[in-house]
Amino acid sequence: MLDGNASNDQPKPRVGLFVTCLVDAMRPSIGFAALALLEAAGCKVDIPPRQTCCGQPAYNSGASDATAPLAKLVIEAFESYDYLVTPSGSCAAMIKVHYPELFAHDPAWLPRAQALAARTHELLSFLVDIRGFRPRGVSCASTATYHDSCSGLRELGIEAQPRALLGAVEGLEMRALEGHDACCGFGGTFCVKYSSISNAIVGEKAANVTAAGADLLLGGDLGCLMNMAGKLHRGGASTRVYHAAEIIAGMGDGPAIGEAVKP
Amino acid sequence: MSAPTGTFDERVAKALANPQLKIAMERTTGNARRKRAAAVEAWPHFNEARRIAAAIKDHVIDNYEHYLETFERNALASGAKVHWARDAQEACDIVVHLCLASGGKNVTRAKSMLGEEVGLPHALEAAGLHRVETDLAEHIIQLAGDPPSHIVWPAAHIAREEVAELFRRHHRDNSNSDDVPAMVASARRVLREEFMAADVGISGANFLVADTGAICTVTNEGNAELTTTLPRIHIVTAGIEKLVPSTEHALQLLRLLVRSATGADLTQYTTFHCGPKRVHDRDGPSEFHIVLVDNGRTRMLAEGQAEMLRCLRCGACMNHCVVYRQIGGHAYGGAYPGPMGSVLTPNLLGLAATRDLPSACTLNGQCRSVCPVDIPLPTLLRGWRDRSWREGLEPKKTRNFLGLWAFVAARPALYRLGITFALPIIRLFGSKGWIKRMPLADAWTSERDLIQPPARSFMAQYAAMKKGAKK
Repeated sequence: MLDGNASNDQPKPRVGLFVTCLVDAMRPSIGFAALALLEAAGCKVDIPPRQTCCGQPAYNSGASDATAPLAKLVIEAFESYDYLVTPSGSCAAMIKVHYPELFAHDPAWLPRAQALAARTHELLSFLVDIRGFRPRGVSCASTATYHDSCSGLRELGIEAQPRALLGAVEGLEMRALEGHDACCGFGGTFCVKYSSISNAIVGEKAANVTAAGADLLLGGDLGCLMNMAGKLHRGGASTRVYHAAEIIAGMGDGPAIGEAVKP
Repeated sequence: MSAPTGTFDERVAKALANPQLKIAMERTTGNARRKRAAAVEAWPHFNEARRIAAAIKDHVIDNYEHYLETFERNALASGAKVHWARDAQEACDIVVHLCLASGGKNVTRAKSMLGEEVGLPHALEAAGLHRVETDLAEHIIQLAGDPPSHIVWPAAHIAREEVAELFRRHHRDNSNSDDVPAMVASARRVLREEFMAADVGISGANFLVADTGAICTVTNEGNAELTTTLPRIHIVTAGIEKLVPSTEHALQLLRLLVRSATGADLTQYTTFHCGPKRVHDRDGPSEFHIVLVDNGRTRMLAEGQAEMLRCLRCGACMNHCVVYRQIGGHAYGGAYPGPMGSVLTPNLLGLAATRDLPSACTLNGQCRSVCPVDIPLPTLLRGWRDRSWREGLEPKKTRNFLGLWAFVAARPALYRLGITFALPIIRLFGSKGWIKRMPLADAWTSERDLIQPPARSFMAQYAAMKKGAKK
């Protein structure tokens, strides 16, 4: 059960949900949680079919030429909505911060990139900052700790919002995480280009997560969560890992990341 | 700086295989992070000071010709001799020539990263001079035969137990224990003799003060003062980005520099050196030379890296870098490690030889958030990646993979089709939710498990759900 407290007397904003390529392929339940939360927050949600990836892996590899067509695809698919919302700080920052940089010297696309950037939000911060939403009647009797993913934290200033939402989940007790604001070593293509360094970083992160002693590890970006969950599982830790949106949407009784999903 | 040994991957593998390194690095950087955090916490105006500091540096960078000329004029008026070096070779040649012309042989040096950058330690020895590093950590790495691994704590990679061993081997009085005060006393005894015997003292400069022609050094050990005051000749080597308009500006930046580096309000010694010994002065060098070094700095200005010239060399970026903390300074293969090194080193050694540095970074942005002059390090690092891609320096495998992926991702129908076929195949490699090993996925699965994807993507499930709802 998920019943938000967003006001219902105003016209519903039209939200285009950008699912992200990772959620689409690896963890659909995060997409369904985002959909449920946005609807509970009084939005009319569409999922434009012509969406794939925001282009960040190419952009961060220096391949601006390969990034531009992907960015144009996103702009075309989402510019007619009141908002683009996505369950990832990293993809949101790509669109909000880096699309305008990408098209800085393209007078035709720059205004469109800037217009979309202004209406782009990461899911959890959108729910709190724009919709004033808190979950009602959602419970999860567990202890949890939270990893702040870097792009959301430092490029978008997302820190209080997920905690405000999780604070409204009944029975959920939050535990502090040493180094909660330190990178987990995912870094997109970094984790495969420099896998030994990535492994050393996530090894330290996994040790901190284990030391936090919580049942659950939560975060707002699937890439980081897959990295940490994969390291925790390889090391035999029992910590269960979820995207925060899943817990806030009351899906905490479903399988955690890496627990067998029915095909 | 001579070319590093081995490839980046080889140096990383060596670092990661050394558990002692991890312990030493964590002691140094962990301490630095905690102390900096406390200092920032105790200074409510930190962010305002940071904004002003960046503005001071930008102002000087925008007007650097004016301030260079002003500095030179005032330095000459103070009796200093000013030398200009376009590159590392010229800088070394000037310093070596001055040392040899002195007729002496003994050269003491107070830690200077510019000296490391231009390869001065090597040049001095190649010229047959007796080089003595007087900073305690530099003394340690000179005994160990290592290059520095941190710009503030050059011996960050050496644990104190290893220092005790080095001192036992190299100091005449070799009764040292692991006791830190005893080790410091031993180094003090050894270095004191060298200070007294020195013919030339070489220092860097933390600031070049344009309106007085003075140079400023900050240290915690007082070794810079002994290096610069006792010998007959004092040579300063400094990058031209060290310019500030006035002493007041230097002090403003100093507050940020010291807090960001060590968390202290001020270093033990902050000294402004202005000209040689005057007629009635009791101490000081009779010759005072300042070597102003460009070595790629004006090129950085021209090539869109002006913000990097704000750098105060505090080391906060590396103390907070998850990559640096794992691999240490030597893996970077240049004088400057960590995030600031990954921006600077390609300028100094060429991008072709160093393209890994800007890439081996998660772009997590913590370096920028702690930088006392707000250098957009992630943006500058991404700039190098752009250039590496444009110049075809990225590995063929990466280019092909990204090219193919971008081609497919730009065509939603093709992309959907690809995902539809790929997911059930990838699923076959796992069981009970996890994939332990999969062809082409070794980089991920060698050290961590990969989650088993669902049989159908979100988009496929959502489409099916909507279709069902319509019926």
